[in-house]
Amino acid sequence: MADVFRALDDETRRLILDELAVSDGKTLFEICSLMAGKHGVGSTRQAISQHLAVLESAGLITTERRGRSKFHYFDSEPLAAIIRRWPIVEKGNQ
Amino acid sequence: MRITITGVFVDDQEAALAFYTDVLGFQVKHNVPVGEHAWITVVSPSAPDGPELLLEPVGHPAVKPYRDALVEDGIPLAQFGVDNVEAEFERLTARGVTFTQPPTEYEDHMIAVFDDTCGNLIMIQSDSVADE
Repeated sequence: MADVFRALDDETRRLILDELAVSDGKTLFEICSLMAGKHGVGSTRQAISQHLAVLESAGLITTERRGRSKFHYFDSEPLAAIIRRWPIVEKGNQ
Repeated sequence: MRITITGVFVDDQEAALAFYTDVLGFQVKHNVPVGEHAWITVVSPSAPDGPELLLEPVGHPAVKPYRDALVEDGIPLAQFGVDNVEAEFERLTARGVTFTQPPTEYEDHMIAVFDDTCGNLIMIQSDSVADE
């Protein structure tokens, strides 16, 4: 679980997850386009690639080959595990 | 200095010629047999005297690893201008073309990326979102 928190402790990685959570199945090129064009993140392609590797090893994204290209998908399971460990308590409903 | 000819490597020149003309809509400018291959260039019908695209046969051993690495990461090898990216996306999808990236806004214009069936990814872009 520590790797999930470490993966989330970076604004660029959170922005990548924001984009994949809205619509996933994106190539590295598309993610780089969104980071640069929409979020003004000027990271190199290599840096974005490393961010994706951190997210993947934390289980927050998965990759799949379709044809000859590699696509990235958001996986919320590690976040669900956090909620299961510390369930959300509704206040003021007693 | 002007850009007169640029090129893409293609797996099969005949198949590439068919795709670039029948599907994309370019027209043949040169088709000259050279040994077992041909020197084939296509141009846009809207600019027949404009820049030519050379459909170059894959031969050099460096081409495959180079193109494989680009395609894996979704990186286009060439970029073509269109009036309306959404309309081209619809038209080409109906013709069976696969897009690795649907129409996406990038700064002040739209972009999309498709597989040219000859081993390359191609980006199309419009001049501005306002043109769409």
